[in-house]
Amino acid sequence: MTSKTIAGLTVQLNDEGYLKDPSQWNREIAEELARETGIELTGKHFEVLEYLREQHAAGVPLTIRKVGKSGIVDIKGLYTLFPGGPLKYSSKIAGIPKPVSCV
Amino acid sequence: MKSETIEKPLKKVCIICAKGSIEDVYATLVLANGAVMEGIEAKLFFTFFGLDAITVKQMNKIRTGTLGNPAMRMPGGLPFPSLLGAMPGVEAGVSAMMKSQMEKLDIPPVGEFLEMITAGGGEVYACKLAMDMFKLEEEDLWEGCSGVLTVGDFYAMCGGENTQIIFT
Repeated sequence: MTSKTIAGLTVQLNDEGYLKDPSQWNREIAEELARETGIELTGKHFEVLEYLREQHAAGVPLTIRKVGKSGIVDIKGLYTLFPGGPLKYSSKIAGIPKPVSCV
Repeated sequence: MKSETIEKPLKKVCIICAKGSIEDVYATLVLANGAVMEGIEAKLFFTFFGLDAITVKQMNKIRTGTLGNPAMRMPGGLPFPSLLGAMPGVEAGVSAMMKSQMEKLDIPPVGEFLEMITAGGGEVYACKLAMDMFKLEEEDLWEGCSGVLTVGDFYAMCGGENTQIIFT
């Protein structure tokens, strides 16, 4: 576990760089985590991030299929927004735990 | 003296699916989808009975065999009698039950799963020899199929560092 100061706020990250406490998340933190992944966030990215956070808050286990059916983005679009790790990078940037599903 | 090996991440998986039952086809699809989701390139090669998974008429009708499978059990865990597995309709019923269990875990039907994989950049190919054997034409195949290959063509795609060939 490491702690990191982003935009004046100290956050705890696990070994894989995921926020320990999703409630510490804000847009600046998202932007910083995205930059580390090599992604520049746009409005569409934030729509996806908000959706992921809502689903996580509601206790819904996330799968790429679910995001593809969210009406916000299709699966191809999700790969374009978060190349190389549509679900693992989007959830990291959204400040929620890494999904444990294989799909 | 300690020698340290630095493990390089997997870059590409080439997956061969030669069987057409639910467990064989889904093993292929889950492995391929899991790969593209991790940023690993995936090439899928369907051959022999595995071709059912990418044949439009068959792809959403695949089943699991209820005969000759010692791991097959009744819901609740009791052994599944072979004679029961041989009765008409049992295989279809068991297969429908498996599919409904999978749907609950958000595992999609074959066609949708293939679309998810290709949306992530995975590529799907059919084996030429098996196509000839089963008298299949390209128009019989799922539309997202990238082509029909010989074994040699397939191997030519399996080059490169940190590439693995997986036979399901």
